[in-house]
Amino acid sequence: MTKKKTKTKTKSKTKKTFKFEYDAAPESFKVEIEEKYYNFIGGEFVKPKSGKYFDTVNPATGKVLTKIALSNTQDVDAAVKAAKKAFEGEWSSLSGLERGKYLFRIARIIQERSRELAVLETLDGGKPIKESRDVDLPLVAQHFFYNAGWADKLEYIMPGKEVAPVGVCGQIIPWNFPLLMLAWKIAPALAAGNTVVLKPAEQTSLTALRFAEICYEAGLPAGVVNIITGAGETGAALVEHKDVNKIAFTGSTDIGKLIAKTAGKTQKKLTMELGGKSANIVFADAAIDQAVEGIVSGIFFNQGHVCCAGSRLLVEESIKDVVIKKLKKRMKQIRVGDPLDKNTDLGAINSKDQLKKIKDLVKQGQKEGGEFWQVESELPTRGNFFAPCFFMDQSASSTISREEVFGPVLSISTFRTPDEAIAKANDTNYGLAAGIWSEKGSKVHEVASKLKAGVIWANTYNKFDAASPFGGFKESGYGREGGRHGLLPYLEVK
Amino acid sequence: MFDVSVRKPGVGKISIPHYPIDMVAANERAASFTTRSIKASSKLDALYCAIEMVDLTTLEGMDTPGKVKQLCGKAINPVPPAIQDKMRSFDKFRPIPKVAAVCVYPNMVPYAAEVLNGSGIQLASVATAFPAGQLPIDIKVSDVKRAVKFGATEIDMVIDRGAFLEGKFQKVFDEIIKVKEACGDAHLKVILETGELKTYDNVRLASWLAMEAGADFIKTSTGKVSPAATMPVTHVMLQAIQDYHEMTGKMIGMKPAGGIKTSKQAIHYLCMVNETLGPDWLNPEMFRFGASSLLNDLLKQIFKQVTGRYYYDDIFSMD
Repeated sequence: MTKKKTKTKTKSKTKKTFKFEYDAAPESFKVEIEEKYYNFIGGEFVKPKSGKYFDTVNPATGKVLTKIALSNTQDVDAAVKAAKKAFEGEWSSLSGLERGKYLFRIARIIQERSRELAVLETLDGGKPIKESRDVDLPLVAQHFFYNAGWADKLEYIMPGKEVAPVGVCGQIIPWNFPLLMLAWKIAPALAAGNTVVLKPAEQTSLTALRFAEICYEAGLPAGVVNIITGAGETGAALVEHKDVNKIAFTGSTDIGKLIAKTAGKTQKKLTMELGGKSANIVFADAAIDQAVEGIVSGIFFNQGHVCCAGSRLLVEESIKDVVIKKLKKRMKQIRVGDPLDKNTDLGAINSKDQLKKIKDLVKQGQKEGGEFWQVESELPTRGNFFAPCFFMDQSASSTISREEVFGPVLSISTFRTPDEAIAKANDTNYGLAAGIWSEKGSKVHEVASKLKAGVIWANTYNKFDAASPFGGFKESGYGREGGRHGLLPYLEVK
Repeated sequence: MFDVSVRKPGVGKISIPHYPIDMVAANERAASFTTRSIKASSKLDALYCAIEMVDLTTLEGMDTPGKVKQLCGKAINPVPPAIQDKMRSFDKFRPIPKVAAVCVYPNMVPYAAEVLNGSGIQLASVATAFPAGQLPIDIKVSDVKRAVKFGATEIDMVIDRGAFLEGKFQKVFDEIIKVKEACGDAHLKVILETGELKTYDNVRLASWLAMEAGADFIKTSTGKVSPAATMPVTHVMLQAIQDYHEMTGKMIGMKPAGGIKTSKQAIHYLCMVNETLGPDWLNPEMFRFGASSLLNDLLKQIFKQVTGRYYYDDIFSMD
């Protein structure tokens, strides 16, 4: 591209231009991390009966941060027992008003300790500090505040009906939004009067263990919240435990199916928030510059480790060229690097395994044709990093168009009419979210009504709110989290 | 909105592309630049760079030749030379550059020219019945010609917002063309007065009209209407500049004016330019700040960066 510089404007001498490189701007807050972490059961930290521990790693450096308890069946059993005891004891006899006070207290402590929690989240999970600070932590606090408000109003949640808590809830959460997923699970469960045993993802347990400290600090009765750490087997033991009344799971569709199979043989209630391959539809009458921003935040937010990521861009054929040109330009501005640097836009891929999965899928995608474009950015030499990229004009049956990559990889295709956009958007086994970009309100409503997805954004993407239900159609799961709907799975209706 | 077309002398009918802006998302994008954290040498470089981009401005009814001459002195020597000499002992210190221009009312141009002559600093004058622009075009043209004759090298004109909001885009367009002609060799900055255009759709359309009509720069505000420059409005204009450059190859400059008072704000604007138009626009020929109190804050921050301690305000001269 040649740049013609108009002559008329310069009276001047040599044109010097300022090369504006941003110096490192590391978050300076230092969090203390202990040498070893135990389970939080019955209001105290207890060593795992297994006697085993595993390493948790900073994905941006590859360095081991600390050791964490690897819980076995006995540990799970102890946690469930503690939760059951708390449920049958003090907790279920408390009034909603009193339960609400605990939740408000927790919410306030989270706000007070938000900087520490944000830094820890970034260290353990690799997401940019900008996001953990400005997105995750404010939402975490909001979920506790929001649900605290419901605790003494449950009699109005189903007018004319009485509701009761379910009992002991087993909750299994993923590594992409560790503390936020915890908040989505624990806040409504406690507001509804349940007790919980939560297992964080093995890659990102540290903020959940910090949360255990907060429960202690808030004076929450022992056993109401129990945190057990471990990997798949620990989770399986929780799902299989006979005294668990409900399982709430967020994670991959494959694991979700396994859990559903196991839990299906029991009386357990079940909610599932699983994967997605969500369409972001850009019509020719959209506000293009803002749509490009939405495409970028849709797929590159949190390194693309987002179940509702707008991983399939559908763009109207007539504006494809201008959108791609602007998208490339914008993608070049994404700063990939040290997650603790305040200017980092795209942090570390959460784990080596995930990085390998992304690389394998991209390699596979490259074999399947179409155009592949990736930003040439200088990646840090250690840690897990992957530059943002997209595939274009691949067939609708290609791997990248169908598989959830869970990384900064966008699939782009075009459509000609609204009907075609709707058909393409729905052409997936998932149905979690969708985005529609058009300045024409009637079109937005028409298209939204025909999309098979649980969350539909108009002229924005990846906007979350504690008052808004979130969940999917088809293989993206069942049940909703957030809002009034998010409380219902934690209640029995009489 | 609707398609807009105007007749351009010697070219014929040209259409102004319909280009909607989503206000909520545009605000959000602009706000994202305010989370950029600029440290260490990049901060110092940005502060020095910002000084060179300042259009040091006084536009008051109470302006006098004496006041304007003082301001011009400040433009040439932002820091008293004696203090500048003392600072040389610090490693990080580089001589404080001159500002880009001084911006005054037409009546003040001859006095400013006296001081600025030979300094390399541009002399900008608001003309065209600033700030409202509510006078006949022949008076605006003579206003411009007079300012240029007395030494203005840059003209900051206002568009006729009344005509714009009435849908008389041809009138707005023709006036810019006539003013551009009247400018001769002087550089033309077109003030949209975004605080009166209100919507970003209007800002985009007005930006495009101005660029098509021959603006060298587009500028947000007169400083007489609130809000003056904002990050989102500037971002909308920067994107218009980018698209116009893509289409025509012409590089148009940008000048946010009014309300930029602190170094921190200035640095956020520079981040926004850097990440929207890129380094080609990070120089005083392509980007300016219309400001007055900003200069002293930039100096204060430079001294802080260089010496590690804050200087009290009195060390820097008033304008």
